[in-house]
Amino acid sequence: TLYIFSKLFGTVVKISKAREWIARETEVEETLKRIESRKGVIGTIVVNAEGIPIRTTLDNSTTVQYVGLLHHLAMKARNTVRELDPQNDLTFLRVRSRKHEIMVAPDKDYLLIVIQSSGD
Amino acid sequence: MMFTDETSESVAVESQWRRSHELKQESKSCQTATLKSAEVGAQAVYRSESATQTDPHSQLSQDPHLTRHSELESPGLVDFLNRVTDVVIRELAKNSRSHAFDGFEVNWEDQNRTVLCIHCLQYCEAQQRKLHVTSLSWNCTGSVIACAFGHTDDGDWTTEKSFVCTWNLNRRGLDPKRPDVVIDAATSVMCVSFHPSRPSLIAGGLYNGEVVVWDTSQTQDPVLAQTGMSPDTHRDPVCQVYWVPTGRRGEFAVLSAGSGGRLLLWTIGEDSKLVLSSGYALSSQQLPQSSTGAKARGGSTVGISSLDLSPWDRDVFLVGSEGGLVLKCSFSATEVAAVTPDGESVTLRAPAQVSYSPRCGPVHDLHCSPFHRNLFLSVGTDGFAHLHSLLQPQPLMSLRVSDSYVFAVRWSPTRPLLFAAATGEGTVQIFDLGLMSLRPLATIGQDSGGQPIYCLEFNPRLPQLLAAGNNNGTVNIWQLSTELTEQGLREAAQLEQIANGVAE
Repeated sequence: TLYIFSKLFGTVVKISKAREWIARETEVEETLKRIESRKGVIGTIVVNAEGIPIRTTLDNSTTVQYVGLLHHLAMKARNTVRELDPQNDLTFLRVRSRKHEIMVAPDKDYLLIVIQSSGD
Repeated sequence: MMFTDETSESVAVESQWRRSHELKQESKSCQTATLKSAEVGAQAVYRSESATQTDPHSQLSQDPHLTRHSELESPGLVDFLNRVTDVVIRELAKNSRSHAFDGFEVNWEDQNRTVLCIHCLQYCEAQQRKLHVTSLSWNCTGSVIACAFGHTDDGDWTTEKSFVCTWNLNRRGLDPKRPDVVIDAATSVMCVSFHPSRPSLIAGGLYNGEVVVWDTSQTQDPVLAQTGMSPDTHRDPVCQVYWVPTGRRGEFAVLSAGSGGRLLLWTIGEDSKLVLSSGYALSSQQLPQSSTGAKARGGSTVGISSLDLSPWDRDVFLVGSEGGLVLKCSFSATEVAAVTPDGESVTLRAPAQVSYSPRCGPVHDLHCSPFHRNLFLSVGTDGFAHLHSLLQPQPLMSLRVSDSYVFAVRWSPTRPLLFAAATGEGTVQIFDLGLMSLRPLATIGQDSGGQPIYCLEFNPRLPQLLAAGNNNGTVNIWQLSTELTEQGLREAAQLEQIANGVAE
C-alpha cells in the first residue's frame, strides 16, 4: 500500500510540474508572438549564455549565422562599455544596416535578438 | 426326457458399456476444444491492447521531455523575456515610425565616382565594311557579350554578308579588336538575344526575314536551327527576337517580330529546323481605339519596330510600330487576324488589346520596368522618353532626351528610378526619376565622335556594366559609378508613388 501511495504521489507531482512547464512554454511562445507581430519584424531569436539558440523563428542556417556573429558582438559591446566605465553596463544594442535593424537585449543568462526591416 | 427349445434372453451388456464409454469420450473432447479456443482469443485481445497503448505513451513521453529539456537548460527564461519584451516592443514601434535615418548614406567603400569606358570592342572586317552595331545581348552568366552587325541605313534589299561576334570579358588576354567567336550570316543581322539559361545559345533575326539559333560552342557549324526559306518566315527584316518560356519547364521558344507586322513563335524542331508553333499579325482594322482618336498610318499591316515582354505577366507583351503606335498585346488572344494568309501553316491571330497615345514617328524601343508591373518606357524619333503606365493611354511623364532621335532605352537592373537612353548624337543619357528634374543625371559618351548609338544593354549580372553599340561598328563597355548602380532608400516606394500618384 505504501508503495502504491508513493507511486501515486509521484505521478501527481509529475503532472503538476508538467502543467507548470506547459504554462511557462505558452507564456514564452506568446511573448515571442507579441514581438513577432510588430511592424516590419523579420525574426526573433533567444540565445542562452553559451551562445546556443534555444528559440528561433528563422530557419536553421540563418539562425546559426546570426547567433554566432551577434553573440560575439554583444559581448564585445558590453566589454567596451564596462571598460570605459566599470560602474556602467550595456543595456541595449541596436545595429542599423541598409536593409535591417538588429536589436539585441542582453542579460546575464540570455540574449534576445530581434531583426526588423529598416525601410518601410 | 423331453427336449424343448430353450430360448435364452439376450443380455444387454454392450449398450450400457458403450454408452458410458461414449459419454466419457464426448465430455473429454468437448472440454479440450473450448479450452483451446478461449486461450487463443484471450491472447489476441491482449496483443491489440498493447498496441493501442504505445501511441499515447510515446506522446506523453515526448512532451515532458521537451519541456524538461528547456526548463533544465533555460531557467528564468520567462522572467528574462518579461523583462525585455516591453523595451524591445517600444523600440520596434519607435523604429518603424522613425525617419531619423532617411537620406543618411554611409560611405564605406571606395566610391566609383567616375564613369569609365573599360572596353572598346571592334571587329576590323566589320569596320572595313562600315557595318553598324545593330543589337547587343549579354549571356546569362554576364561574362559574354554578343554583338550583331548590319546595315540599317540603306532601305534596299542587300545581300551583303554580315557577322555576329562574341567577346568574353572575363577572359584573360581579352583582345578588344579580336572577337572570341565570329559567326557569318548571309545578310545583315538585325537583332540577337542570348538564351536565358544556356550560355552558348544565341537567337538572331536577319534582314531577309530569317530567324536563326546559333550555338557558339559548336566551332564547325554554329547553326543549331534556322527557319530557312519557308512560307512561314517573315518576308521583311526581323526587328526583334525574344526567348519566351513555353509551358514545359525550362524550355524556351523564340518569338520574332518583323516589320511586316507578324509576330511568330518558333520552337526548335528536328533536323535543325525552327518550327512555327503560333503566329500573330497586326492589322490596322483590328487595332483597339485609342482615346485620342488618331488613326494609324500606312496600309493594312502595322510594321513592328520594337517589342518587349512584360517580366511580370507572361501573357503580356508590348509592341511599338513604325507608324508610332504603342500597343499592349496578349499571347492568349483568340481573334483571327484580318490579314490575307500568305501560306502560313498556322492561323494568325490578332493580339492587340490596348492602344496608347501614338507618336509621330517610329517607336524605336520599349522597355518594361523590372521594379513595377505597370510601368514601361518608350522612345522614338521625337527625342523624348515617355514613361507610361499600362493602365492609362496618356504617358505619365515625358522627358526630353535629345534633339535627335532616340534609338534605345533600358531601365537599370538595380536602381528602380534609373534608366538610360541612347541618342542619335552618340550620347547615353541617364535619368533619375527621383530627382524630379527633366535634366539627365549623367551623360556619357560625349567624346565618342557623335556616332549614333543604336543599342544599349545593362549587364544583368554585373549591373555596373553598360554596353552601347554605335554606328561605326564599335561596342563600348562602360563601368558606371556607384551613384548610378546603388539603390537608395525608399527608391521602390518612390517609383510606386510615381506610378500611382500621377495616374490619379
